[in-house]
Amino acid sequence: MKSSVITFPGSNCDRDMDVALTKFGFKNKMVWHNDQELPKSDLIVLPGGFSYGDYLRCGSMASKSKIMHSVINYAKSGGLVMGICNGFQILVESGLVPGVLLRNKYLQFICKNVYVKVENKENTFFKNLDKKVLEFHIAHNEGNYFCTSDQLKEIEDNNQIAIYYCDQNGNTNDQINPNGSIKNIAGIFNKEKNVLGMMPHPERMIDESLSGEDGSIFFKNLLNNIK
Amino acid sequence: MKVSAVITLKKDVLDPQGKVIHETLDGMGFNSVNEVRQGKYFEIDVKENDPKKAKDLVEDMCKKLLANLVIENYKIIETQ
Repeated sequence: MKSSVITFPGSNCDRDMDVALTKFGFKNKMVWHNDQELPKSDLIVLPGGFSYGDYLRCGSMASKSKIMHSVINYAKSGGLVMGICNGFQILVESGLVPGVLLRNKYLQFICKNVYVKVENKENTFFKNLDKKVLEFHIAHNEGNYFCTSDQLKEIEDNNQIAIYYCDQNGNTNDQINPNGSIKNIAGIFNKEKNVLGMMPHPERMIDESLSGEDGSIFFKNLLNNIK
Repeated sequence: MKVSAVITLKKDVLDPQGKVIHETLDGMGFNSVNEVRQGKYFEIDVKENDPKKAKDLVEDMCKKLLANLVIENYKIIETQ
């Protein structure tokens, strides 16, 4: 299976993502933001980081870069696209997934492990996953998911919420909401479920001795689903 | 000519920075503040002398890049 990770100026999780994808069997290529064409890929990943120094709004500049025309076409023709953290911000700015990511409610940069509940398994990203609650890592300043009430209704009606922030047992409530996101939303899909944006970093949870292995479970499952 | 654009958060969108600024002003003794909303201001010099065309151009920029219409409103001001 082939994957591509896009590097924007200011991306800093692109190589971590490369390590993770390669570890679980993807043949990964790094793609520069100024390129026009994507290599043949089964999965495109927009990595975390601080593209263009978060100028104007996080992800706004990167969403207009040359390679994004190809990424948008790829997504619209049904290709799998995953945006993590700053990658999620780029996805919302490019209009591939609905909503926006605002500054965290309490104005703090948050860097910690969180639990997320996988809500919807009828998609390539989470199908056949044998866990409902995963431990991932978050590190962001603008992860407060927001959308209009009309958008929220549409997102809920179409089952587009991918993951929620929750406690160890999968309970979602205000106390464990790290950043003020509406309904504890940590990740969402586009309508067709081939584009996933999420704030947590699965690529930081792929080593038993360093971090825990819920990221490993996610990537192994993803590879099997794409095969 | 120069055209300015002011980007503000929509009414329903939480503005934590505005809130903190409000509380700080309050702490400094400016007790007559109802609300503070923080926004962005752009001054754009366009190669265009027709005011209507210049404004239209900046409006297009606001829609496509400068503002995110899910959370922000924009206002165009002709400055020169």
